[in-house]
Amino acid sequence: MAAVQETVDKVKTLDVDAYKYGFFTDIESDRAPKGLNEDTVRFISAKKNEPAWLLEWRLDAYRRWLTMSEPKWARVDYPKIDYQDLYYYSAPKSAAGPKTLGDVDPELLRAYEKLGIPLREQELLAGVQERRVAVDAVFDSVSVVTTFKEELGRAGVIFCPISEAMQTHPELVRKYLGSVVPVTDNYFATLNSAVFSDGSFVYVPPGVRCPMELSTYFRINEQNTGQFERTLIIADKGSYVSYLEGCTAPKRDENQLHAAVVELIALEDAEIKYSTVQNWYPGDSEGKGGIFNFVTKRGDCRGDRSKISWTQVETGSAITWKYPSCILRGESSRGEFYSIAISNGYQQVDSGTKMLHLGANTSSRVISKGIAAGHSQNTYRGQISAHRKAVNARNFTNCDSLLIGNKCGAHTVPYIEAKNSTAQFEHEATTSKISDDQLFYVMQRGLSAEEATALIVNGFVRDVLQQLPMEFAVEAQKLIALSLEGSVG
Amino acid sequence: MLDIENLHVSIAGKKILDGFSLKVEAGQVAAIMGPNGSGKSTLSYVIAGKPDYEVTSGSIKLDGVDLLDKDVAARAALGVFLSFQYPLEIPGVATMTFLKAAINAQLKARGEDEVSIPDFMKRVRAAAAKLNISQDMLKRPVNLGFSGGEKKRMEILQMALLEPRFAILDEMDSGLDIDALRVCAEGVNALRSKERGLLVITHYQRLLDYIVPDVVHVMSKGRIVRSGGPELALELEKSGYADYASEAA
Repeated sequence: MAAVQETVDKVKTLDVDAYKYGFFTDIESDRAPKGLNEDTVRFISAKKNEPAWLLEWRLDAYRRWLTMSEPKWARVDYPKIDYQDLYYYSAPKSAAGPKTLGDVDPELLRAYEKLGIPLREQELLAGVQERRVAVDAVFDSVSVVTTFKEELGRAGVIFCPISEAMQTHPELVRKYLGSVVPVTDNYFATLNSAVFSDGSFVYVPPGVRCPMELSTYFRINEQNTGQFERTLIIADKGSYVSYLEGCTAPKRDENQLHAAVVELIALEDAEIKYSTVQNWYPGDSEGKGGIFNFVTKRGDCRGDRSKISWTQVETGSAITWKYPSCILRGESSRGEFYSIAISNGYQQVDSGTKMLHLGANTSSRVISKGIAAGHSQNTYRGQISAHRKAVNARNFTNCDSLLIGNKCGAHTVPYIEAKNSTAQFEHEATTSKISDDQLFYVMQRGLSAEEATALIVNGFVRDVLQQLPMEFAVEAQKLIALSLEGSVG
Repeated sequence: MLDIENLHVSIAGKKILDGFSLKVEAGQVAAIMGPNGSGKSTLSYVIAGKPDYEVTSGSIKLDGVDLLDKDVAARAALGVFLSFQYPLEIPGVATMTFLKAAINAQLKARGEDEVSIPDFMKRVRAAAAKLNISQDMLKRPVNLGFSGGEKKRMEILQMALLEPRFAILDEMDSGLDIDALRVCAEGVNALRSKERGLLVITHYQRLLDYIVPDVVHVMSKGRIVRSGGPELALELEKSGYADYASEAA
């Protein structure tokens, strides 16, 4: 309850237009000329000092992208994106090779401080109990500082910017990059393949349990810079890794495009837990501005008995188009998707998951909690399918929507396909409203309208909050109340 | 204590309270009886401040403070408590969490410090034991899947913990068997005090065998039509409400 209280206090000190993270840090950047063509792709590849095969891979993606068109099936509506009016590469200048925090541009460090990113080791260590969080901080497009490398190194875990992995572990990158989300997968993923700037790379060797939670903070900082993160996580046989991703972005008027790709690969008996708290600028109270978030996240349970679990708390962005999915290829593999998606103001969310059962005895679980307030539209879109070889496939889906006020919308679009008779799929869905009677009851006990709403909503999402690593659960609880700000009359 | 004068209230254009006046002194237990549709529940909602009711004239004061310009939470912080006829369920919110949030919200509104966890636990355990409320019930989500009796005991538990200045018990006996009624009534009686006013709203006399009121008012068509001592309740039990029949069902 203390967390809820704290949030409520925080909410009171803000108003919708005073987005906390809406500051802008001025750092001279080294960026590619505006617009997108083969030269842009070559520029990015050259900046990264990439091998020839990767440049070809990018160019191939770019050429395919030219033949594709934006998907239109989602329930989102946004102005046409002019892809020639964006910058596709920008790097903080001082990132040429800082070895220690002392070498890092102090302006950057101040920006991190404002964001509350616990970059310094001592701050990390001052955290809760014995837990440690390693942060690979992404500032615009280049990873600047990576901490805890040594300890991870002792365990044999590779955790570094993907651009660095290209140089140090080219064989791993080449083997797995694009193996889950192929270059031709979809318009935004293909665009990402052509112009991705940087992102995280994780490799956990066989039998290793990663000694700490891995974390990356993304932040969009540069005017007109599309963000094209690329993350690749490989858990080798019998290993385990938990990865946390959290983001905020500064305020700005023009819409910003974000098209990330995340690929997860779990080999035999391996487990990957991927958690996201997304709090990008959602636009102002009139629906102006805000991030366009078109993300492709997919995990491949490639080995038998492997497991991939997605947990997301989505509170930000003007447009969210995101379906973290699992390909359940290995026998007895398991996929999980736990989601809280909150929309307020004029936000539009179209999010959900795909659980593709290919192997025998595969199982999956989907718990989605959508909360719509203000004038927002919140859609759950999910696909559960069983291949004819996926005997005894099991899925349980629970999809609940909560409406706050009467100007928002909640929609549920499930696709269920079973191609063999042994599959058992269950789908439960509810849509409810916070009732006036419920609010009256809670307020009669002394809670303000905002406190009462936060309490009821936190109850509604509890099943999912419990799935988050402890570091994120508290933060997420705060975010939930924060993002519902102004939703109560 | 509570002073209601010439209250006129309507909802969706329909008049429910029509010149209602009532005084309850500190230390007093007042009972309001009346047929269905006489406006009893509306009265409890209007005192607590439920939106949707239009107060066209009149006043409600607690210790001289006007309640009508205050919202629900502010009235609660001033010490108004309503035991609901149908307590609401709050999925996913553990009862303990809810109790603590309520206590702290009221303390904060009065400018006091939050309750310490050990103090809170001690108080909850003691109060719960008296009402036969198990630890397991306290961990479950608020009222979710509770029986009628459990819900009513939970209302009394909240009242015991929030220590209100003025409490309204709206049809506390509905849905209770005789054993549960006794437990709840004992809980309420333990909370009678010189400083506290109680308003017991009921359709049946039975409840007043267990919570013996100082005064009984009969309500009909949105106003009090007769007042007397506890014997008035017994009389009503025999004669029924026929003499006070309300037009509005």
